[in-house]
Amino acid sequence: MAQTVVHKANTRGVADHGWLKSYQSFSFAGYYNPERINFGALRVLNDDIVTGGKGFGEHPHDNMEIISIPLEGELQHKDSMGNTATIKAGEIQVMSAGTGIYHSEYNPDATKPAKFLQIWLFPNKRNVTPRYDQIEVNTANKQNEFVQILSPNKDDAGVWIYQDAWFNLANFDANTTKTYSFHKEGNGLYVFVLKGKVEVNGEALDTRDGFGIWDTNSVEIKAIADAEFLLMEVPMEF
Amino acid sequence: MQLIQILIIGTNKPIMETIARLIDRDGIWQATIAFSIDDAFDVCLLKDFKIVLIGAGIDEDEELKLKAHLVKSKPNLPIVKHYGGGSGLLFAEIHQALNSNTKH
Repeated sequence: MAQTVVHKANTRGVADHGWLKSYQSFSFAGYYNPERINFGALRVLNDDIVTGGKGFGEHPHDNMEIISIPLEGELQHKDSMGNTATIKAGEIQVMSAGTGIYHSEYNPDATKPAKFLQIWLFPNKRNVTPRYDQIEVNTANKQNEFVQILSPNKDDAGVWIYQDAWFNLANFDANTTKTYSFHKEGNGLYVFVLKGKVEVNGEALDTRDGFGIWDTNSVEIKAIADAEFLLMEVPMEF
Repeated sequence: MQLIQILIIGTNKPIMETIARLIDRDGIWQATIAFSIDDAFDVCLLKDFKIVLIGAGIDEDEELKLKAHLVKSKPNLPIVKHYGGGSGLLFAEIHQALNSNTKH
């Protein structure tokens, strides 16, 4: 029988650094909740707002798959591999930190905040050579569909990472119902509502609520109102 | 107050130094760095470490070698993999390890 966990938006950790407001679905930095460490290989889901003209100074990472999904505004990326890029809503950025990488992320627009999701997955391989990539997500003509933005396969849609994980974005009209079928046995699905209201496995979810489900092969997702959401299928054992 | 001793092992010097600085900043923990498993063999007997964190650049075989080395002298010493390379996961990893009764 399927097992589930619900993380309501208002139960997330909150860090307010002035220039950064971060809503954290799982324990991160100064927020520690032993009941909220991870959902399988999904370890970090931070819903970040960076004040205009501010950002994350150069800092290191290792052995983590780091995915950034801008929701509003832009971020200027620089890293120790020589990559310089700007990412904006409609794009997705991925870093395999592996043996170590330094990077900075700044909001170049002094007048507007940048909002983005910062997602970390445990890798299925440690000490890989660091890598960076970003792509534009094509959602045109894909209303009421699951749009794959991440997979473990280099030749599949979206970015790829060192983990048996699949991410999809979806923008559903009210009353649309679709079934999501898992790619791999043993994986779980974490649903994060970006906007609107959905029902998953009978559980009503509002904006920024999270819902995890595992020990099943498929999940029915219904938009109760117009809704945007992110589906993260990840291994529960890794 | 006696500081909780934490051994961190990894080959990426700047990242190890960052992690050590973050650990020391807390005021109740103190980090010691080993840049290889061979260094760790020597260092781990010098202090009463409560946790060993395995950072980047240390492979599974080396980690197993360390566990085998410590299995008799420090069977309850938690040896955990560190992920992320900074403050993001570090404190949760330490809290979790301190609350565990890990056996090799």
